Amino acid sequence: MTKKPISLNTVTIKQALTGLQAKDFSLAEIYEATDQIVAKQNKDLNVYLATNEKASVEARKVAESPLAGLPIAVKDNFGTIGLPTTAASLVLDGYQSQYESTVTTKLLEAGGVIYGKTNMDAWAHGSSTETSQYGRTLNPRNTQHLPGGSSGGSAAAVAADMCLGALGSETAGSIRQPAAWCGVVGLKPTYGRCSRYGVVAMASSTDSPGPIGKTVEDTAILLNAIAGHDPYDSTTSQEAVPDFTSFLDKSIKGMKIGVLYHDLPGLDEIWPHFDAATKVLSDLGALVEPVKAFDPHHAIGVYTIVQRAEVSSNLGRYDGIRFGNDRSHFGDEAKRRIMLGTFTLSSGYSDQYYLRAQKVRTLFINDFEKLLKKYDALISLTSPGYAKKIGASEGAAMFGELEDLLLEPSSISGLPGISVPCYRDPNTNLYLGLNIMTPKWQEGRAIQIADAYEKATTWNSWRQP
Amino acid sequence: MTSKKQTDFSEKQVEHTAKLAHIPVVATETKQLSEAFSTTLEVISDLSEVPVEGVEPTHHVTGLKNVTREDVVDKKRMFSQAQALANAPKSYEGFFVVPRIIDRDEE
Repeated sequence: MTKKPISLNTVTIKQALTGLQAKDFSLAEIYEATDQIVAKQNKDLNVYLATNEKASVEARKVAESPLAGLPIAVKDNFGTIGLPTTAASLVLDGYQSQYESTVTTKLLEAGGVIYGKTNMDAWAHGSSTETSQYGRTLNPRNTQHLPGGSSGGSAAAVAADMCLGALGSETAGSIRQPAAWCGVVGLKPTYGRCSRYGVVAMASSTDSPGPIGKTVEDTAILLNAIAGHDPYDSTTSQEAVPDFTSFLDKSIKGMKIGVLYHDLPGLDEIWPHFDAATKVLSDLGALVEPVKAFDPHHAIGVYTIVQRAEVSSNLGRYDGIRFGNDRSHFGDEAKRRIMLGTFTLSSGYSDQYYLRAQKVRTLFINDFEKLLKKYDALISLTSPGYAKKIGASEGAAMFGELEDLLLEPSSISGLPGISVPCYRDPNTNLYLGLNIMTPKWQEGRAIQIADAYEKATTWNSWRQP
Repeated sequence: MTSKKQTDFSEKQVEHTAKLAHIPVVATETKQLSEAFSTTLEVISDLSEVPVEGVEPTHHVTGLKNVTREDVVDKKRMFSQAQALANAPKSYEGFFVVPRIIDRDEE
């Protein structure tokens, strides 16, 4: 019999599954501990916008399933029956989805229980969770700082052990950046790997649901549950879905890994920590070398134009007639994005902005294709710095774009990526993330490298000796 | 290419765009928005320097073509009338209540 952890909300999904099987502890004990920490901390951290009062009852019914009824936090842009879905916007205040998103349906079918709906940047517009119209979420690692975003509530829920794992969504950094800032693992799948059906639409050509977990292994377990073709989303792929846990505990010897964005200015202070991570990968037998990539700064322009154009179209449906409140309820960030998107698509400007952006996007895709012929994976820092202080995003029109500089190129190209903790500042308790990108449909390889890295280091706070 | 002119976003343009986007903007916001849009256009102005001659635009990254489904009703995801109206702010005898758009006094 393994030793019982001090508090059962702090176990990983894998530990929970193993412990439940061995009857070291019970599902009821996990819920009791989770309920306690949520009751104690949610008021201050503002992680959950709604919690599921029937969670532990639902859990008992699915105890004999792959996910064994474990409590999973779900970003508030997934439509869920029985719990409100607001996308953290007052436009959707009180909205009750009449259908379940495909990804949460799959989660439930695998025996996961939706513990609660997590705070986010309103409409997923942002990288701070400060644009939520229900107040900002605080970073559990250091409450003077932001959790990142837009899946900031989900990353914070994992970091604070207020769930065992979480679901988020990313258009350009919204899973990986908050994961990095909160010191957890975030996996952005290939565009089309996980269905967008029932997810509040933001930028349809990049929206990618994905898992946030305590360990790489937990994200692999969650991705197993939610990935796959969906007849209700025509952009999902028929590509075979492997067992993502089969990539764990494998050598990365002989892999060729290219280091991106090593020549960007402004990274001097944190670069040694990232450099140390590249050395770990070398020590594990990978061939790691710097590569020159297409200037990521151009991705800011591409993402800004494409994302806002798609936003202006997707948010056009909110007319306050069929559902939701009228358009006067949009917050400042949503207003800005809708209007800028409307402008770049408007007559006389669409060629200059939208069409040009889509052409530069092709250049990014071609560049990645070329690089990933030569390299098995590409790595970079996840974010150009540590979690910013609370209030940092206010009045900064391009806050998210600049914070997600290192992630936007791969996102607009549809590539998968995973962020794992690669440093903790002992003075601030804040983390840096290592971002590992692979070719389309090769999430498995990203998991393989991330898992090998995680197990060779002590940065993951759930893997402390 | 990156002259001041191209990144200027006037208050008049803000008002015009607000109308197109059907976003209520009050007078006190227009200056702030024109500044925000000017900043954004400035940040992204580097795109105009990237050579794109002969490059095809990317509209999606899936590589999928002509994805269709059978033209049959999928009863599994049909809404009942009650479900369709469940979130409507105003409904009347099974209908959505919509604002009047003809024969109304224009502002």
